[in-house]
Amino acid sequence: MGKQVEVKCVVWDLDHTIWDGVLIESNDVSLKPGIVQLIDTLDKRGILQSIASKNDHDLAMEKLKEFGLDHYFIYPEIHWNAKSYSIEQIQKNINIGMDSILFVDDQEFELEEVKNTHKTVDCVNSSLYETLLDHPRLNPRFITIDSVRRRKMYQDDIIRKQAETEYRGPSEQFLATLNMKFSIAYAGQEDLKRAEELTVRTNQLNATGKTFNYEELDQFRQSDAHQLLVCELEDKYGSYGKIGLALIEQNADHWRLEMMLMSCRVISRGVGTVLLSYIMNEAKKHNKKLLADFRDTGRNRMMNVSFRFSGFKEHSSDDQGNYVFEHDLEKIMSYPDYIDVRCHA
Amino acid sequence: MDYRAEIRNFIGQNISLDNDDMTISDDDNYFELRFVNSLFAMQLVDFVEQKFNLTIENDELGLENFSTVNNLVALIDSKIACKGVVS
Repeated sequence: MGKQVEVKCVVWDLDHTIWDGVLIESNDVSLKPGIVQLIDTLDKRGILQSIASKNDHDLAMEKLKEFGLDHYFIYPEIHWNAKSYSIEQIQKNINIGMDSILFVDDQEFELEEVKNTHKTVDCVNSSLYETLLDHPRLNPRFITIDSVRRRKMYQDDIIRKQAETEYRGPSEQFLATLNMKFSIAYAGQEDLKRAEELTVRTNQLNATGKTFNYEELDQFRQSDAHQLLVCELEDKYGSYGKIGLALIEQNADHWRLEMMLMSCRVISRGVGTVLLSYIMNEAKKHNKKLLADFRDTGRNRMMNVSFRFSGFKEHSSDDQGNYVFEHDLEKIMSYPDYIDVRCHA
Repeated sequence: MDYRAEIRNFIGQNISLDNDDMTISDDDNYFELRFVNSLFAMQLVDFVEQKFNLTIENDELGLENFSTVNNLVALIDSKIACKGVVS
């Protein structure tokens, strides 16, 4: 098995896991010792949390509210369907990889049912809940501003989605109502922790899957031969945080895009292509050819498609999944009207 | 099988035009008519692969095959012919 990715979401059962007792049998259930602090700590580490519980939805939500816990959980699945189904719904709603989910339940049957359907989900018996904070996959190397407000950003997103569903009309008109501002700037030192985090967490729109640590990124930031760009997106509901990163190596006759990634949270907003367009325009302005590295990681086909559909052609490949793309810079897609693009680079 | 209709339907559902009166012909490049994001591009490739039970190879992944309904139909035609599938 390859290296284990960080857990992005912990999915909790309720009865005998978060509290002792069975809610449907008695309303008088009591929280497991230390569980509130545990949930709060995970939350502050930037790990999302959800619920997969076979329970009465309204009763369970009411109880969570009473315990002051309801706001910690996004996309809770509380009903009588199989937990493998619940996990799948949560995975789709948050838009993360199955292998970045950890599921906690007190019943071996449920753990196995989930494991059977989703082999890559980490299934943990709730009797071990007190050890969770030491779990290596639940300990990100850095806690950044973006991690601390991660849940809030997902919750903003749920409000956005609701507004979008209720909006009658073309989705572009809806996007225009969001007043999106996309900014591109050279990375400052304060951006580097988040930049490292992005290289570790981003999978779908990630050109090479290469991870870079803080020190490496800091060198690129200060190197005259490189440009390290960071992107931020905000709209009327709030900031999505720092969501994109690109590393350009500047050579005499060409620029080489060595890394390019965009957080999965903003994929549907079209900003991946905006960053590509920006880099293409800059390369053209400086009279450089543009090359881009791509490595097939098995999870980043969307990036492959994005490059090729933006007009990149295969320049060379080594038959081991490493490609170099080239763009002739003749036709560059312009920015969509609904995004206000600001460049500070 | 009339997959032209299926493709038109998919494009129609996933591309929003500026107003309802606008229509797309089978030769219109929908990647030029509006801004197309990575998600749509990926959905389009997934749709073609799943609907017609095909695998799109890297050298086929380009706007020349995916930008109009007619190009897409031609691509699917040739791939189905290669597979020798009778539908």
